[in-house]
Parts: sequence; structure tokens; C-alpha cells
Amino acid sequence: MAGISKGFFIEFEDLEEIIYILKNISEVDLSGYSKSSLKRRVERFLQVEKMDLVDLKNAIINVKDFHNYFIQELVVNVTEMFRDPEFFISLKENVIPYLKTYPQIRIWSAGSSSGEEAYSTAILLNESGILERSFIYGTDISPKALETARKGVYSLNKIKSYTENYLKTSPRSEFANHYTAMYDAAIINKEYRSKVLFSSHNLVTDHAFNEFQLIMCRNVMIYFDKELQKRVLNLFYDSLSLFGFLCLGSKESLYAHDIKNNFKVIDKRYNIYQKIK
Amino acid sequence: MVSASEIILIGGSAGSYVLIAELLESLPEYFDAAICVVLHRNKQFDTQIERSLSRRLLRNISPAIDKMDICKNYVYFAPAGYHLMVEPDYTFSLDGSEHINYSRPSIDVLFETAAQIYREYCTAFLLSGANQDGARGLSIVEDFGGKIIIQNPDQASINTMPQAGINETQNPQVWDNAQIVSFFKNLNKQS
Repeated sequence: MAGISKGFFIEFEDLEEIIYILKNISEVDLSGYSKSSLKRRVERFLQVEKMDLVDLKNAIINVKDFHNYFIQELVVNVTEMFRDPEFFISLKENVIPYLKTYPQIRIWSAGSSSGEEAYSTAILLNESGILERSFIYGTDISPKALETARKGVYSLNKIKSYTENYLKTSPRSEFANHYTAMYDAAIINKEYRSKVLFSSHNLVTDHAFNEFQLIMCRNVMIYFDKELQKRVLNLFYDSLSLFGFLCLGSKESLYAHDIKNNFKVIDKRYNIYQKIK
Repeated sequence: MVSASEIILIGGSAGSYVLIAELLESLPEYFDAAICVVLHRNKQFDTQIERSLSRRLLRNISPAIDKMDICKNYVYFAPAGYHLMVEPDYTFSLDGSEHINYSRPSIDVLFETAAQIYREYCTAFLLSGANQDGARGLSIVEDFGGKIIIQNPDQASINTMPQAGINETQNPQVWDNAQIVSFFKNLNKQS
């Protein structure tokens, strides 16, 4: 088996046991997550924390709040502002004109991580002149990600790459108009922060909490198995108003799911769908 | 479409495209394994390689899709911008987590996850490239009983990657380009 240098492999049975323990001592149920991705993250956690499996199980059960920290580290929180710029162009062309017909617009950024996508959307709404009558709900299971999202503070390093993405969306303004830079970080303008509410919501166990005209959940469902994907898609269906829009990641499609019959494809390349029945 | 009980992995970066195209071109009409390629490439040119190869070679060449069954007689490419993994139920999954070796898709990630599922039914090739991605993955394929083959660094356009593979593993087979192409040409004749 694997030598020490590249060690830290656990068996899939060990992963199942960890999932089982977590389910029993917290509300987090990871049993519907893609196994290989989750297993790699557990292995990485063990490596970084210099723990073995026995230490890990022991800590989850006996150390107060350890499981929260552990779960936080397991969940993938990689995101960007204006990730896939072409998607935002499509959103602007295909979805925004429709949203404009509503007096009040409610948007859900599901699995919002550290908030970049919710703020990107707020900027797009502002440039389209409908931010004032819009409100965005950002939800995630990671308390740490939610805290970062609420602050709306990002390193200038990141802002630099976000600017490159932004410029590719053929924007109406300068990216620098949307934040204030201080030392080595930037804070997203208050006009955006006041239009987004970040709160805890678990796609695996929680239910619909509002009705939305637009739901964005990009690069979240790839971490779920087919069964859990189905549950989450039903949740989105129930949370969308008729003719509301669902945006998935560029590698996440409704193709393999029966629920596709209730949606119309708006953008095949970027997986934008409209609920039609 | 029938699930593959064997997988052949190909990892390459700068300077490997021509060889990859050549070996895919030499494939027999039917083969039992699934072939899975990770080629480092720019996100801008997302699926052009699969599409042009598929059209030219009239074969089942497609980007790997999340939660898709891994089938015999198919060639899959890891999509740009995502890590490609193999799941215990012999399906693919995609993952957008951190870059590994400055790469996403990372060769290490595919090799490592495929090795643990397919074990001795996994064969991995590491070709030309300018970084160290794939070397660790190759050694994991080896540890789990798979077969590992490295392009002869002298024949690689850029030898950093194959050399790293040789340094990192115990008993790699180092093959010339002609041997690699002939392996693919004779698939299904060997077993």
C-alpha cells in the first residue's frame, strides 16, 4: 500500500463511518456527497492537521465544536466574482430583461460560499437599473464562509483576477467603482452589501423558504450524488415562481434528470433554465 | 453502453497533444477499456479538442460528464477548469476545488482516484509536460497494483514531466513514442 511520503489514504469504509458519526452528532449529513472528492478532502485534512483516523474520530466525538471546524474544511469553498464571464453576459441578455418586468425581484444564491457570486449578481442588477427593487439571499452551510460573505472584504490579489473576469462581461463601468480599496484588501460597496442577506441553509436537509424569480447554484451540485442532486433540484423547483430561472454550473445540467420536462433550456452552454410548468 | 472493467489513463501537458492525437488515431475499432485523458489546457478552448478529434476520427470521444458511467470503447477528456475523479460506483465526478500543481484538471487527482477504484485494472501513461503534475499520481497507481508507463524523456518535447515521473516511481516502464502508439494500436490483441 501507499508509502509514508504519500500516505494518508483512508478506505471508503472509513469515510462511511466518519459520515455516520457526523450525522449522529450534528445536523450535517454528508451521505449524499460524491465519495471520491469527500475522501480526498478528509485525507487532506488529516495531512494538514497531522492526525490519524483514530484521532479524527475521537476529536469529532469528544472535542466540543471540532465537528463544525471539520465540516467547514471538508466543504469546497472555491469561488470567484464573475466566474465564467460568458455566463454573466448570457444572464444579462437572456434573464435580466425578463426580471425587469417584476416590481419586486427575489434572487437566491444557493451555496453562496464567501459571497462573490451574490455580489457579482448585485453589480449586474445595478448596471441594469434594477438593484433597487431586488433582494438577494445568499445561503451556505459553512459559518466561516458566511462570515466572510457578510463582510464583503476580499484581498486585492483576488480583486485583481476578479477584475479580469469582470472586464470580459462587457460591463458598463469600472470594476473599481464597486468597491473601496484599503491597504491590501477591498470592501464591496454598501449599496451591494445592503441588498444581500447571507444566512445558513442546508440544501441536504432544509426546505424551501421563499419564492424566487432567479436561483443560482453553480458548481455545488457536482459535489452531490445523483439522488441528492434530484432532491436539490426538486427544492429549487418548489422555490421558483412560474417562469423563474435556474442557473447551474457550466458542467451541471438537467439532462439526466426527469425534472427537465418542467423547464425550458435558455442557454445550453451555461445551463440556464426557465421553469415553464 | 457497457461499463468498463479496465481503465487507461493518459496525462500530458505542453508538447503532448500531437502524440495523444496520434495514439487515439491508431486505436482499433473496438477496445474493452475506457480511455481517459487529462491534458492541461486553457479554459478558453474548452471542448474544441474533443470535438475536432471526434469529428476527424469518427469515434466516441467526449468530455467526461459529472456522474456519467465510465464505458468501454470510449475516450474521455477531463474538461478544462475542473478536476476529474473516479467514484467507487465506476462513474465520473467533477470537482472545482483548489488547483493542484497549478493545474485544474490535475493529472494527479485523476490518477490517484482511478488507482484506488480500478487497482490492477488501471494503466497510466505520463507524457511530455513542463511541470511535475502526474508524478505523484503515477506512484499511487503503482502502489495500488496498476501498470505505469512513461514517455521516454529523450523523445518528449518537454521532459520535465516524464522525468519527474521516473524519479517518483519504483518500476516504471519507459517507452519510446512508437511503443506507446503500438500499445494503443494493439489494444484488445494483448489480453
